[in-house]
Amino acid sequence: MSNLWPRVEPLLARVEKPARYIGMERGSLRPEHRPSSTSWLLVYPDTYEIGLPNQGLQILYEILNERDDALAERAYAPWVDMNAEMRAAGVPLFSVDTHHDAGAFDVLAFGLAAELVYTNVLECLDLAGVPVRAEQRRPEHPLVIVGGHCAFNPEPMADFVDAFVIGDGEEAVGEITEVVGAWKRSGRTAREGVLRELATIPGVYVPSMYEVSYDGPFIAEVQPRFADVPERVDKRTVADLGEWPYPKRQLVPLIEVVHDRLNVEVFRGCTRGCRFCQAGMITRPVRERPADQVRTMVRDGLRRTGYDEVALTSLSTADFSGIDGLVAGLVNEQEGCGNVGLSLPSLRVDAFTVGIASEIQKIRRTGLTFAPEGGTWRVRQVINKLITDDDLYAAVDGAYSQGWQRVKLYFLIGVPTEMDEDTLGIARLAREVVKIGRGYTKKASCTASVGGFVPKAHTPFQWFGQNPVLELHRKVGMLRDDLRRSGATIRWHDPAATYAEGIASRGDRRIGRVIERVWRAGGTFQEWSERFQLDRWLDAMAAEGLDPDWYVTRHRTDDEILPWDHIAAGLHRDFLWDDWQAALREHGLPDCRWTPCYDCGVCTDYALEHVVASAVPPAGGSQGTGQGLGFGREAISVPVELITR
Amino acid sequence: MRGDQGFPVRIRFAKRGKVRFISHRDVARAFERAFRIETLPLAFTEGFSPRPKVSFGLALSVGHESDAEYLDVELTQSVDTDNLSNRLTAALPEGMPATGAARLIERAPALQESITEVQFRVEAIDGLGRPVPEAVLRTAASSALACDELCVTRTRKGKESVDDLRPSLRHIEIAHDGDTPVFELTLLTQPRGARPREVLDALDSFVGVGLTEHRVTRTSQWIERGGARLEPLAADAFAPVLETSAA
Repeated sequence: MSNLWPRVEPLLARVEKPARYIGMERGSLRPEHRPSSTSWLLVYPDTYEIGLPNQGLQILYEILNERDDALAERAYAPWVDMNAEMRAAGVPLFSVDTHHDAGAFDVLAFGLAAELVYTNVLECLDLAGVPVRAEQRRPEHPLVIVGGHCAFNPEPMADFVDAFVIGDGEEAVGEITEVVGAWKRSGRTAREGVLRELATIPGVYVPSMYEVSYDGPFIAEVQPRFADVPERVDKRTVADLGEWPYPKRQLVPLIEVVHDRLNVEVFRGCTRGCRFCQAGMITRPVRERPADQVRTMVRDGLRRTGYDEVALTSLSTADFSGIDGLVAGLVNEQEGCGNVGLSLPSLRVDAFTVGIASEIQKIRRTGLTFAPEGGTWRVRQVINKLITDDDLYAAVDGAYSQGWQRVKLYFLIGVPTEMDEDTLGIARLAREVVKIGRGYTKKASCTASVGGFVPKAHTPFQWFGQNPVLELHRKVGMLRDDLRRSGATIRWHDPAATYAEGIASRGDRRIGRVIERVWRAGGTFQEWSERFQLDRWLDAMAAEGLDPDWYVTRHRTDDEILPWDHIAAGLHRDFLWDDWQAALREHGLPDCRWTPCYDCGVCTDYALEHVVASAVPPAGGSQGTGQGLGFGREAISVPVELITR
Repeated sequence: MRGDQGFPVRIRFAKRGKVRFISHRDVARAFERAFRIETLPLAFTEGFSPRPKVSFGLALSVGHESDAEYLDVELTQSVDTDNLSNRLTAALPEGMPATGAARLIERAPALQESITEVQFRVEAIDGLGRPVPEAVLRTAASSALACDELCVTRTRKGKESVDDLRPSLRHIEIAHDGDTPVFELTLLTQPRGARPREVLDALDSFVGVGLTEHRVTRTSQWIERGGARLEPLAADAFAPVLETSAA
């Protein structure tokens, strides 16, 4: 009997937040396990509160359960207390939907959004009774599949994962289901056969089908082991978001979770071209959802869930064509039926955005967040976050004048070419923002939130050597000193955790052994500061004879084979390299949605197009739109590349 | 908090099975969503952050089941209270059905202050997780009832204090849930209630087996007023309530 509930229930009296483990969310399903169905356990390897709202997982949960030949359930990493109880009682990892034994599923699929959860994947596998190393699994063990943004550099997890899905999963999960279903019907013989079959599905990368050879510390070659295995795995892209109106039945948790509201994805992809941003690079091109469909999803979703808040999600929601009309329509429609709030995460920094925000937050105006990312215009051209100081001041002035009291600013430190002047520019901006706010209210406050930059695969900064821990500490210290008694407060991310993230972010296959050692030493939930120790990572690197600085702080050269070069996000390597060089020359590159194509490679190679309802950029901002960047010079008519020096 | 022109309603609900692991706050949020799913004409508070006018009775501990929980909600228009329970049950989490609803008189006293007595059915196990023989339960119950004072040390808000539970303990009986002997505790809530676990601690001082809660169900709540013991749905009802089954 694989319903584990009778064994789970007695443990719940002894753990915190027991409702993490009961399921029963509105919208959840209890699929029946039949031999003819391929069973997927979708695992988010973090706490329930963080994992439940994950939209990617919820989308695949619905798509798989709509199929006749598949079923899907969900699991989350049990928190430390529950994990200990489960191990003591011999209870394996289970699904929250039917409390089914994780090890009895055909597929364990993990969504990975951040590198520091890698050790949790090993913990979940081990708790499920599945060997953590792929090579030790037998035909009766589940297939371990990983998707999400982290799959774009799959190599650090290659030892533990049977197959990665690169890019959008909506279509690929069906194709995988068919291959796995056929394998089951044929009696589940050797894994090698099904893995080789999976490797022929577009967008599916099976690391065991590739041989990596080294030249000293460098990669010499990555070779497919068989002729029918592709040399390069290209990402999957859903061409028309309008064909995928998911989730249709968003889960409503019984306990409070992050992003606890209705979430409607209004577009996927972003071409702002921020050079530090992996999400913006790997999810191209921009694919907007039809505005009518957005309205329907909001209306039906609110009615079905009972939520009183809806977020329109994307990488930069103010860029959605006709966003002002959409927002005004939604606000008016909701009026009178009970105080429904609308939120737009990822706001652009300009006055137009504040106008939209004030349209929405008619009642409660407490905090507004902007992400200028860099302290000076110079460094913002380097990272291609093309907003001016004046854009920020206008946005902030608009915010305070319309009743907001708290402004939060996000910044990166440790970006390429950063000088102390740029770092201190963060303090200068924060101080100026407080000054603007105090003109309106004594209560005005500003928080600058500072994170150390970690270079990511498939971005123009993939060749950049990350700042060392001490350097990030020095910069944080400088900002703290400068902002003393300024009225602005500073928060920062632990530079030690940033360093560990750097090890995994651009690691190769050899980092797998390091991740395994950190896990064996008890290093789970590494993104939780109280559970993180950098020494665990450094000890593991030393034990494997690997130099962490070689991975983290070293600049790469043009001729180096990068560990993810056989994985394609569609971006030409030349485009990325040229963009990296343009960054070093402080050249900004505007958004290609509304300007000529730079031939980054995605649309041309994959025969895709932007799906954008408006042919013109949104009004009111300079960021990436080519507007207002001339600085008193001639307006540039075809701003393919802006030369500012 | 009751409006002058409003339509105040008291709702009774149960909490059984897996859903017993959600907290009092989670229950409140589940009801707010259920009200919106059923598009009930909710009255809202004034101010910066308008909230529906909902007030709950005594909190139930996480992990305890209940046959009789209550909440009051203020509506702006009349609704058909006869099918309100069914509508809400469809919108509430599984295991949390609404089992009754009644329109209240204007300005009815708040639930928190009105409830005077609650009953719990408690299945206890010993310190090693084993069933406890009925004779032991009987000894513990009769010894406790024979005392004038039942002092236990309890921690509330981080402070330890020694309190006498005896005034809160109205009665203990031994009943049977199937073949299992269980305590039926009748506890007074005013001025201050006692938790089943605290009562078990006090009872254990007579038998020393390490009495521990295994399964706890709040079976009923009562409002005692002018010598009468009233079911909360009936206590301040606008019109007499035809009692439907609470089970």
